[in-house]
Amino acid sequence: MTDWPILSTVTFLPLVGVLLLLLTREEGTYGRRNILNVSLFTTTFTFVVSLFIWIGFDNSNPGFQMVEKHAWLGTGISYHLGVDGISMLFVILTTFLMPFCVLASWDSVGKRLKEYMIAFLLLEVVMVGVFVSLDIVLFYVFFEATLIPMFVIIGVWGGKDRVYASYKFFLYTLTGSVLMMLAVMAMYWQTGTTDITELLKYGFPGGMQTWLWLACFAAFSVKMPMWPVHTWLPDAHVQAPTAGSVILAGVMLKLGGYGFVRFSLAMFPLASDYFAPFVFTLSVLAIIYTSLVAMMQDDIKKLIAYSSVAHMGYVTMGIFAANVQGLQGALFQMLSHGIVSGALFLCVGVVYDRLHTREIAAYGGLVNNMPKYAVAFMVFTMANVGLPGTSGFVGEFLTIIGVFRVNTWVALFAATGVILSASYALWLYRRVIFGALEKESLKGLLDLSAREKVILYPLVALTIFYGFYPAPIFDATAASVDQLVNNYSAALQAAKDLALNVH
Amino acid sequence: MIYKAIVFLPLIGFLIAGLFGRSIGAKASEYVTSGFMVIAAILSWIVFFNIALAHGDGHEVIKVEVMRWIQSGGIDVEWAFRVDTLTAVMFVVVNTVSSLVHIYSIGYMHHDPHRPRFFAYLSLFTFAMLMLVTADNLAQMFFGWEGVGLASYLLIGFWYKKPSASAAAMKAFIVNRVGDFGFVLGIAGVFVLFGSISFETIFAAAASYLPAEGSPEAGQAIINIFGMTLDKANAITVVCLLLFMGAMGKSAQFLLHTWLPDAMEGPTPVSALIHAATMVTAGVFLVARMSPIFELSHDALTVVTFIGAITAFFAATVGLVQNDIKRVIAYSTCSQLGYMFVALGVGAYGAAIFHLFTHAFFKALLFLGAGSVIHAVDGEQDMRYMGGLRKHIPITFWMMTIGTLALTGVGIPGTMFGFAGFFSKDVIIESAYASHSAVSGIAFTLLVIAALFTSFYSWRLAFLTFFGKPRASADVMHHVHESPMVMLVPLYLLAIGAVLAGVLFEGHFFGHEYAQFWKGALFTLPENEILEEFHHVPGLVKWSPFIAMALGFVTAWYMYIKSPSMPRRLAQSQKVLYEFLLNKWYFDELYDFLFVRSAKALGRFLWKKGDIGVIDTYGPNGVAARVVDVTNRVVKLQSGYLYHYAFAMLIGIAALVTWMMLGSSI
Repeated sequence: MTDWPILSTVTFLPLVGVLLLLLTREEGTYGRRNILNVSLFTTTFTFVVSLFIWIGFDNSNPGFQMVEKHAWLGTGISYHLGVDGISMLFVILTTFLMPFCVLASWDSVGKRLKEYMIAFLLLEVVMVGVFVSLDIVLFYVFFEATLIPMFVIIGVWGGKDRVYASYKFFLYTLTGSVLMMLAVMAMYWQTGTTDITELLKYGFPGGMQTWLWLACFAAFSVKMPMWPVHTWLPDAHVQAPTAGSVILAGVMLKLGGYGFVRFSLAMFPLASDYFAPFVFTLSVLAIIYTSLVAMMQDDIKKLIAYSSVAHMGYVTMGIFAANVQGLQGALFQMLSHGIVSGALFLCVGVVYDRLHTREIAAYGGLVNNMPKYAVAFMVFTMANVGLPGTSGFVGEFLTIIGVFRVNTWVALFAATGVILSASYALWLYRRVIFGALEKESLKGLLDLSAREKVILYPLVALTIFYGFYPAPIFDATAASVDQLVNNYSAALQAAKDLALNVH
Repeated sequence: MIYKAIVFLPLIGFLIAGLFGRSIGAKASEYVTSGFMVIAAILSWIVFFNIALAHGDGHEVIKVEVMRWIQSGGIDVEWAFRVDTLTAVMFVVVNTVSSLVHIYSIGYMHHDPHRPRFFAYLSLFTFAMLMLVTADNLAQMFFGWEGVGLASYLLIGFWYKKPSASAAAMKAFIVNRVGDFGFVLGIAGVFVLFGSISFETIFAAAASYLPAEGSPEAGQAIINIFGMTLDKANAITVVCLLLFMGAMGKSAQFLLHTWLPDAMEGPTPVSALIHAATMVTAGVFLVARMSPIFELSHDALTVVTFIGAITAFFAATVGLVQNDIKRVIAYSTCSQLGYMFVALGVGAYGAAIFHLFTHAFFKALLFLGAGSVIHAVDGEQDMRYMGGLRKHIPITFWMMTIGTLALTGVGIPGTMFGFAGFFSKDVIIESAYASHSAVSGIAFTLLVIAALFTSFYSWRLAFLTFFGKPRASADVMHHVHESPMVMLVPLYLLAIGAVLAGVLFEGHFFGHEYAQFWKGALFTLPENEILEEFHHVPGLVKWSPFIAMALGFVTAWYMYIKSPSMPRRLAQSQKVLYEFLLNKWYFDELYDFLFVRSAKALGRFLWKKGDIGVIDTYGPNGVAARVVDVTNRVVKLQSGYLYHYAFAMLIGIAALVTWMMLGSSI
């Protein structure tokens, strides 16, 4: 078992599903059902297998585990995989969310179901690939490759402005990526290796760190997305099919955060320290600005999309606070947001499937005939607000504490998010759920179906479970985060000593 | 084990009624939740006797660990219960009132189709409140803090079909969040100063935290908060003020009070439990619990006193003219909370908790009595349409009268004869006078005036409701009926508390047995001698609350019994003042303008002008437009003439060669 290449297995397992789908015919009475079953089975099985990564994971080891390394292309680039406490849970998050995406698309995707599912399975491969890559070229390939399936998913299966949204998405992310490619090349020329484990130890010279940091920042900040490069996200979300939104919010945004932790913070500590105030400013702007904008939206999905940007503000702020609380808070916030915002988009999908509109004004009084839905939506709303006892609280709380240690002003402004998030989230809830059931179009709506219960209830349970008992996540991340923070402060200290000696 | 039972019984009740309420039915949900609450209440009294009234000498604190929670670097937080006298007192208050409210609700909510949900929420609230009072660290306290906020939100909005109820629920949650904003920062501040957020560590470090006068450390800057470079003493002040901001939100203090009157949209038992007896006192509890650090900052305590005094006065003035029976009591609650904060501010923590304790009984009694009145007159809440109910609902009348006597603090100074409020309120007024606080004069004056107003509006309420001619329609009057036994028994029990809670426990809370009762649960510095000093105030000060109370009673009697036309004439002659008070000093309008409208306008502006107007125009759309421009120009270049192309190629080659030569030479 120990030699078994589990990371490769998990990464490429969905390809087996793709193969099977290619052999399946969509036409015919059972075609559609076969496609759905194959997809569901593949994603579920991948998730189950991925759990073995967590089971086999050694919490006390801060380094990379389950490493696989093979020479590739004979150019120094290698096929190098491994996970540490920072990346491992993102793998699980990705595989965990995929079956929900399949279930969410059960009835709602009418045309080209086969291609749709293939796109999702390919997306899963590349997303998992990003998190397990230990070679920067491999990482870059996977990182870029995530664009294509998502572009296709939005562009083909999206709403009516899907083409505009998908181009906007592509244009933004591509700009960032080009700069990142330059950074990757520069790093290779400087060090002669593309191995992330080597690069982590390398210690780039100060001046170079600045440029590399900026190049990486361009790529990751767009993915995150940070203010002011966030405007692709609301459009992409609004146009994307439900499952696309789930993956977008649940996993793709985390690629940016993961990149910040793995590259910006770990490889360029001096530049990170130098640019921290800049990141703080953008984070705080994101929290306040997008929360206010969220408040005024008329479209449910747009509102949730803007709230995602605000929540990612906590993440970037926590990461660049660069202490244990900030970093662990940021990681936790990302994982929790993956579950909660994914769930919120699934909730929107539930009513969208019934009424085919996302206008907030079209709803009202749903609690009357959809009480179960109201409860589930309430739990996720409260998690979005950051109520203690839900997973949303832990990350927010820790990042605020983490950043308070570094800069109290940032903490002060970030904490206004506590008020603003309650404002937009509760207002949304009130307009959609509360009130008398007066609109004729809503009177026939049925409460959650069995399939929808299977989708939402596990997420409700997890949201509450991690609110009360987040220990499994902290245990897994603690060692790696400690190491990262220690290396970071050691690097800063060394630079400071050097500066003192020179003078 | 007993502690776990007390805390978790309501949780189990909530889960049963919440998850299975539909299948087991309303009756079963009511009995299960109420039954569990009664057991918890009985256990609470046992704990109270074992801990608070036991003759121990040590500073014992019982700690019950439950489960891990957040471990991250220096943050090491567990789910655990910290039980000392302060917790035991809160146990008694919370569980007694909660169990009585549960029972009362069986009658009050009799016709409601959503009873399982209602009882589930009530139990959820109780659980959250118990988590709050048993917290052994600030994070768990914040959990309870927000948990009660959630339950309050759900219960205010219980009748979700009423738009006003949904609006009030939202308002309550969001205004509370303004306070929480300070609370969260306060927790972060405590962590930075003490390296921990668990009470044990904080309290142990707090005692010797401040450097001695004249030591080299004194005045040394240690931290920069919000641009201010602070030494230890000032840092503590800032942290205390941040925590106090949380307390102001939850306890509806001046500036953050606007949610409390609106919260009356919820069912009346909810008002009694949450918005009178328990949740709103959480702020008082917070300051008392954190007394080891508040005690270190005179400035913070001065602010607490000042805000408390202003609230006591302000809320009482508004209460004078309100017509909704529940709103009068709500403003009264707000005002009484102000008294508690004054007590905290002058260092008389015991007096504050004492008032919290007695107030819980008589205010819950008043609210449940009001509920009984509303029940009797078919849901009417406007006192202008009541009157003359004394003969129709005599039991409710007498219970309300006991509540009013307790609230107005009827008793004979210098003796042991008096209702509960008499003891606790007089102690606070005397402490305010005796304290060395910079604002003690103002506080004392405002509290005495507030006492006069309290007496006036309480009797006004009683006279308008129960005396005079009936003003309700004949149809309503025909149906007026006394409440069933299940609603009256809780009133009896609370009435016993309203009569006896003061006389029985004064010595314990703020008298001779202070030290033995509290066992160190409340921290006071050695130079804080308020406990002794408040006895030695001039006779006139001792009598001042009594005089105020009597004056208020006589005025109310004159205006509403003797010459009932007078209030209207007065309102007309003093129109500006009347409108000002009736509209609650125009706070809602002001806040709507300052915060709600401006936030919405700003949000719309940032969206339309910022995101769409600037970022998209110059970002992706701009780039796309430029690309189109460039392509168009390129199209123009394709002229079709061969020499155009040849010329372009020549220039291209020249450029390439130049670049290569320069490139290789570098």
